[in-house]
Amino acid sequence: MNLKPTRLRMCGNWVLDRFPLAQVWNEHMAHYYAPKNFNFWYFFGSLALLVLANQFITGILLTMNYKPDAKFAFDSVEYIMRDVNWGWLVRYMHSTGASAFFIVIYMHMFRGLLYGSFKQPRELIWIFGMLLFVALMAEAFMGYLLPWGQMSYWGAQVIISLFSAIPVVGDDLALWIRGDYVISDATLNRFFAFHVIAVPLVLVLLVFMHIVALHEVGSNNPDGVDIKKSKDPWGHPTDGIPFHPYYTVKDVVGVAVFLIFFATVIFYMPEMGGYFLEHANFIPADPMKTPEHIAPVWYFTPFYSILRAIPDKFAGVIGMGGAIVVLFLLPWLDRGKVKSIRYRGGIYKKALMLFVVSFIALGYLGTQPVTPLATVMARIFTAYYFGFFLLMPIYTRWEKLKPVPNHITMQPTLEERLPEMKAVFDEVTLVTDGENSKRGFNPTGAKNVLIRTAKNLKESLD
Amino acid sequence: MKKLLSLLLLSLSLNVFASGGAELQDADIDLTDKMSLQRGAKHFVTYCLGCHSAKQIRYLRIANDLGIDEKHVLADIAPEGAGIYDQLHTAMNKHDAEKWFGTQPPDLSLIARSRGADWLYSYLKGFYTDKSRPFGVNNAIFEDVGMPNPLWQLQGEQKPVFETEGEKKVLTKLIKGSEGTMSEKEFDTAVNDLVNFLVYVGEPVQLERKQMGKYVLFFLLIFLVISYLLKKEYWKDVH
Repeated sequence: MNLKPTRLRMCGNWVLDRFPLAQVWNEHMAHYYAPKNFNFWYFFGSLALLVLANQFITGILLTMNYKPDAKFAFDSVEYIMRDVNWGWLVRYMHSTGASAFFIVIYMHMFRGLLYGSFKQPRELIWIFGMLLFVALMAEAFMGYLLPWGQMSYWGAQVIISLFSAIPVVGDDLALWIRGDYVISDATLNRFFAFHVIAVPLVLVLLVFMHIVALHEVGSNNPDGVDIKKSKDPWGHPTDGIPFHPYYTVKDVVGVAVFLIFFATVIFYMPEMGGYFLEHANFIPADPMKTPEHIAPVWYFTPFYSILRAIPDKFAGVIGMGGAIVVLFLLPWLDRGKVKSIRYRGGIYKKALMLFVVSFIALGYLGTQPVTPLATVMARIFTAYYFGFFLLMPIYTRWEKLKPVPNHITMQPTLEERLPEMKAVFDEVTLVTDGENSKRGFNPTGAKNVLIRTAKNLKESLD
Repeated sequence: MKKLLSLLLLSLSLNVFASGGAELQDADIDLTDKMSLQRGAKHFVTYCLGCHSAKQIRYLRIANDLGIDEKHVLADIAPEGAGIYDQLHTAMNKHDAEKWFGTQPPDLSLIARSRGADWLYSYLKGFYTDKSRPFGVNNAIFEDVGMPNPLWQLQGEQKPVFETEGEKKVLTKLIKGSEGTMSEKEFDTAVNDLVNFLVYVGEPVQLERKQMGKYVLFFLLIFLVISYLLKKEYWKDVH
């Protein structure tokens, strides 16, 4: 009767005797202890893996019908959109996935800034992560040329011409990268090669190293407390829980929420108002016609803005590169003794808040045409961008730190906060008139809520 | 402060009129209106296909999506001699195009995605008489466009009204010069049908995509509820 399962188990054991599958599983999943108090910001690591897998699968499917040839590239993309079964879905999953990747990665990096995940002993994780970010930017940049639309073409033209700003070797370097004097079929072919095989291999290797390095020292958490300090008699951290099954089931919830947003974009707004798929990219590349306004895709615009803000071209290139290099140095720039923003001083909180504002503002300005005012604004925000990092060694020393607890703290979950949120909602929308109350806008309630929010904000920034 | 304010206003106004010329009129796009799409397809073949191609779509696809018989598409919409598997190629060859217009008129398969429906609608209604131009017409939306007005017989002639602001002449409105074969309302409908068809051609799958989206989102919502309950069950003993 149970001959079959036994045979199956024997086959399984045959493999396990020869390959440490169980050991790998235990080390990285079932016996990997993660802090109990991961919050919203901790979903983005697993989501980045999900999007990476999405890009791989849809990308492989796309290469089956795409033609990396200046004559056919544009039409082959439209062929995928129209004549290939489910081609439109695969293509939209890939194009939306590219933008989603950057949203997820930016959130993931911001988490690092919030909770000091780049600090000792996790500097190397941060470095691998930054290398991943750079590889991802290269991957996205080269992938964007492949549809061979006007923006693909002229965006690449502008960015590659930046290399020619480098003194002495610049022009030869740009020529070497393009393989021609302008972006051409030769460029398209080599970008295709890099986009579908070279950079993805680098990405996979770096993801592997990122995770191995993380699992060596263990995950940080929103309190920035080292959970390995207190262990139970079996040697497990008392503040930790096994990654599997606790965080696997939790991450599945995050995946579900993410997919709802992802599917909404794919099925209802794949162009995202010209931000995910630019309007001008529906015109085939034309080397003879420069578009009026060349803007890179949104995820590059903060850096593009920095480039445009600096008057000299070569200095602009240095500025743009420096904006990324400075992120690599973050673990050594931040001299704050405490990891988590919960126990850091007001000065870091305010600095970080302004940094977020300037990053978003730079991103917005990068999508807009240049005007005198926009240039002035971009310069101010650029100065702030660099100020945030380069002045860090100074202002992080002045911080008035709060006492860090010995154990992690559990914050109320979203579900536990529901009654409180309902109360606020009632306060704003319930008008009491004598005995009976009805729904309607309540000005005094709204005012009270606003004042309370402002007070809380001020308090939390101190 | 005053300088800053005026700069701000300037940057705003530049954004609005970056497209050059008058404000856009709203096109009424309804891809479920199969009759409108059929009329639009007919107009496209009659008035546009002479010079412009739409090579990314086939007559067969139009027949299937617009709910018309294959035979009817060939008889009523396609030009003579076209086959059902053909793409919408123009009859004009490249050399003639370059001789006559200086350039090859662009393919219109994706024009609705690059320009937008409102732009197309306003553009097609925006031609006016201008003797200084090679084809005798200019356009309120696309200044000095190198294209004649293919719909002039339907619309009649439009004359511009200029106002001088300082040194610059600014186009304020267009007034009727001569009557066309269509009333203004009929013409608006015809242009709207044409734009509707172009929006469809830009992405033939869009109706199907939106219909499918409902089921996908419904499934994902259920998936979310179940995964949340599973998480809660697992996490019950974590404090």
